[in-house]
Amino acid sequence: MDRIPILRMGKFLLVTIQIDLYDRLATNLESDLVNMVNKTGARGVLIDISALSIVDSFMGRILGNIGTMSKIMDAEAVVVGMQPAVAITLIELGLELKGVHTALNVEKGMELLHEKISFDEDTLDEADYENNSE
Amino acid sequence: MTIEKEQDVVPFRNRVKEHAVKIGMSILNQTKLITAASELVRNMLKYAGGGVTTIEVLSKGRENGIRVVFQDKGPGIKDIKQAMQDGFSTGKSLGVGLPGAKRLVSEFDIKSIPGEGTTVTIIKWKNG
Repeated sequence: MDRIPILRMGKFLLVTIQIDLYDRLATNLESDLVNMVNKTGARGVLIDISALSIVDSFMGRILGNIGTMSKIMDAEAVVVGMQPAVAITLIELGLELKGVHTALNVEKGMELLHEKISFDEDTLDEADYENNSE
Repeated sequence: MTIEKEQDVVPFRNRVKEHAVKIGMSILNQTKLITAASELVRNMLKYAGGGVTTIEVLSKGRENGIRVVFQDKGPGIKDIKQAMQDGFSTGKSLGVGLPGAKRLVSEFDIKSIPGEGTTVTIIKWKNG
């Protein structure tokens, strides 16, 4: 069965969608990603959709699901590289892409993930410190 | 073009795109047309188990456009007015399909007879 490859890079998982997905491929990606987050303990998921010429309500829902599921699994998901025409069309269609972070490109997306995760770790460290000092 | 399984969606979208490129439609209008067509073809698969689509180039004066017709022999829609409302869905979807598709195209027509089927026609003018 066809699958979209998921690359692991440190604490992050990277996915580049290079072809127009049919439904099964998209739902497989959703479940593969959640399984990978679980297996690897990844803290961030970055999905590059710069090659996608359209995002319809089905694909929009998949992206939203990935965001929400990642959050439940204690990871952050960011979608990067959306074409301007796709963004305009999504809003006119009535989709807001809730539940998932977005960034302009891969670089900005990585920065966003680093920020989110280092913030988490800082607050964790402080909590540990307070516990230890008691 | 006959649509009977989800794998038909991507080739169908490509066919719509070829037509839109042929008349020189802008990327934005192409994206809107293809997204609307994708929503409608998905509806057809989901609610009627498939159907037949026709894609053609139209001319009105100097303006060119693309017409796509979606014809199915599914259960039909009882209340079209309700189906065209944002957020209404009999399935588990988000309910943006029909009203969203309508917003993305220049002209939108839907006819449905319960028990016989549904025909949706959309037109996107090149500069519309």
